[in-house]
Amino acid sequence: MDRNEVMERLSGVFRDVFGDSSITVTDSTTSDDIEDWDSIEHINLIGAVEDEFGMRFKMREVSGMKNVGEMADIVCQRGTR
Amino acid sequence: MKELEYPFDPALIMRRRRAIKKALLEDGSSRIKKRIAVLAGSTADDVVSVMELFLLDSGIEPEFYISDYNRFYEDAVFGSPELDAFRPEIVYIHTNWRNLAYMPQSPAETAERAEELLEAQRDYFRQIWTGIVQRYGCPVVQNNFDYPPYRRAGSFEGWSAAGTGAFTDRMNVFVSEYARHNNGFYVNDISFLSAAVGLRQWNDPEAWHLYKNAVSRAAVPELAFSVSNIIRSVYGRNKKVIALDLDNTLWGGVIGDDGQEGIELGQETAAGQAFQEVQDFLGGYRKMGVLLTVCSKNEEENALLGLNHPESRLRPDDFAAIKANWLPKDENISQTAQELGLLTESFVFADDNPAECEIVREQLPGTAVVNAETPDILMDRLTFGGWFEVTSLTEDDLKRNEQYAANAKRLSQKKRFESYGDYLLSLEMTAEIDSFQPVQLSRITQLVNKSNQFNLTTKRLTPAQTEQLGKSPEHIAICGRLSDKFGDSGIVSVVCGRIEGKSLHIELWLMSCRVLKRDMEYAMLDELVRRCRERGISELVGYYYRTAKNAMVSELYGSFGFERVSLSDSGDSVWRLDINGYKNKNHVIKIKEYSYGQE
Repeated sequence: MDRNEVMERLSGVFRDVFGDSSITVTDSTTSDDIEDWDSIEHINLIGAVEDEFGMRFKMREVSGMKNVGEMADIVCQRGTR
Repeated sequence: MKELEYPFDPALIMRRRRAIKKALLEDGSSRIKKRIAVLAGSTADDVVSVMELFLLDSGIEPEFYISDYNRFYEDAVFGSPELDAFRPEIVYIHTNWRNLAYMPQSPAETAERAEELLEAQRDYFRQIWTGIVQRYGCPVVQNNFDYPPYRRAGSFEGWSAAGTGAFTDRMNVFVSEYARHNNGFYVNDISFLSAAVGLRQWNDPEAWHLYKNAVSRAAVPELAFSVSNIIRSVYGRNKKVIALDLDNTLWGGVIGDDGQEGIELGQETAAGQAFQEVQDFLGGYRKMGVLLTVCSKNEEENALLGLNHPESRLRPDDFAAIKANWLPKDENISQTAQELGLLTESFVFADDNPAECEIVREQLPGTAVVNAETPDILMDRLTFGGWFEVTSLTEDDLKRNEQYAANAKRLSQKKRFESYGDYLLSLEMTAEIDSFQPVQLSRITQLVNKSNQFNLTTKRLTPAQTEQLGKSPEHIAICGRLSDKFGDSGIVSVVCGRIEGKSLHIELWLMSCRVLKRDMEYAMLDELVRRCRERGISELVGYYYRTAKNAMVSELYGSFGFERVSLSDSGDSVWRLDINGYKNKNHVIKIKEYSYGQE
C-alpha cells in the first residue's frame, strides 16, 4: 500500500472519530496532540482504522504503538483495502 | 435520521458518532429528558454512546449513569451514593454470557450440581432486580443471555443438564418468566439478536480481553438499537399504523392489468406463496392492535377485487381505511391520518416502488418508509425496524381494530342527522368515570405516555407513578371509559390534579383522539368538579404546556369557561375557574354508576 495514501486516509479516520475536520496526522502524531484522544476514543479509533483498511491489529499492538507513524507502518504491511 | 434507520451500517455509525450526535442535537426537535442508569458486566461506553444516538433520534434526550466495569451487582444490591444522587428513571442491566459466573465448567458435572449452579445464578440476578426496584422503583431493562460461542462437547452442550447451551436456555426461561410476572421489567432479547447477527460476528474475544467489551464493534449498534427500541416503547414512541401498497407489495402483478385471475397469490407459485406469507404476517399485527390501511394507486373497485381474491388472507374489512385512487401517496397518508385521528409520524409506509417511497420520505419526514422490493424484505424490515416494540399488551390493544371499525360506522351515521347534538344523542353513549383501579393501571399508563394531541401538559408516568397518583391523598385522579351503541372504546381519558388548600392544580388532562368531539371532556370536567366540591375545593387551576403536537387543546380551558391568567412567549398558559357557580356541561353522555364501587 502506498504510504502517503495511507496517511491521507488515516487523517480522514481521525477527523471522523474525533469530529474535527482540521486534523491532519503525521508520523509523529501521538495522543498528546489530540485533546479528545483518551482511552475510550482510542478503542473507537483502533476499530475505525481496522474497518477502513480491512485488517486487525494484534492485541499487543493496540496499546504498544508509539505514534501514528507506527500505526501507518502496520497498515501498510497488513491492510487489505 | 437516515444513518440510524435499519438496515444501518454499523461501521459508519461507530466512526461518525460524534458528527451524528451533533447533527441530531442541532435539528431543532423537542425531546423529553430521561435519566438512564446502565449497570454493566462489561465496559459499556461504546454501547451507551450509540444508545444516545438512537434515543435522540426518537425524541428522547438521555442522561446516563454508567456503573464502573463489573460493579453492576454491587450498584444494584447495595446502591452507591452516585447512583442514588442520579435518581435513575430507567435502569438497563447490560450483561451477557460472560457474566454467568455459575456456568458449569464441564458438561461432565452432574445434573444435581448443574441445578445448584443454576439456582445460585438465578438468585444472583433476582437480588439485582429486587434491589433496583426497592431502591429506585423504576422500570428495568435486562438483557437475556446469548450462547457462549465456545463449547467443549458439541451438540451435547445444547441439551445435557450441565451443558453451556442448556444452562443459558434455562436462565433465559427464568428471565422471561420473571418479566411476565413483574410489571415494568423488560427483556432485551439478545438471545435472538445474537443469533440474527451470528455468534461469530457477535462475539469478539480480543475486544473482551483488551477492553472488556461484551460484544464486537459491529454488534454494538445492533445491541444499542434493540435496547433503545424498548426504552422508546416504554415512553410511548411506537408507530401505530402500517399503510400498504397493493400491487407487487401484497400480491404479485398489477390487479388493474392482470385481473383477479392474473395476480400471483396463493400456493400455486413460489411468488404467490411468498405474498400469502407476508399477508399472514401482517394479519398478526392487526390482531395486536396495529392498524392496517391501504395506500395504492388503483381504482378502488380493482383494489377490492384483489383483496377479495380467494387466496387473499387480508380482506377489505381488515383495513381501517382503504385509499385506492390516483392522488400522491403522501396526501393519501395525511388524509388517512386525519380520518383516524392520528399523526403521520405514527405511520409505517410500505411500497415496492422506490419512487413512491421517495415522495413519502420527502413529504412526510416522520413517517417510516419501507421499500418492500420483495415480501421477505418487508418482513425483515418490520422485524428489525423497531417500530412495534411491545412493552405491554392491554385489552384495548387487542380490541383496537374493532374500535376503529366502530368509528367508521359512527362516521357513516353522522351524515343522517340535522344537528350534531342529535347525532351525539343517537350514539347512546355511556361513560364510567372512576378513580384509578388496579386492573386499569397499565392501560392508564399507556394512554398517558402515548397521547400527544389532546394532552394539556404532556406529563409522562411510569407504572409505579401511576399507581402512586391513584392512591395519593393529595391528588384527585380520575379516568373515564366511554362506550356507545357501536362498541366499547375502553379507557379514553385521564385527569389528575394536585390539591393545594382550596385549589386543585390540574397536572394532567388528556384524552384519546378516538373520542374527539363526543363531549367526553365535559363529562370528565363535571366529575372533577363534583369530586372537588366533596373535598371543599373552590377553584381549578389549569395549565397548558405547548408542544409541537398539542395545538388542538391550546384553548380547551377557555372553552370550558376558565379565565386565562397568564400566557408566556413560548405559548404556555395558566387558567383559573371558580367552581362555585359551576353547572354540569355534559348533556349527551349517560354517566354510569361505578362498577368498582366508590372509595
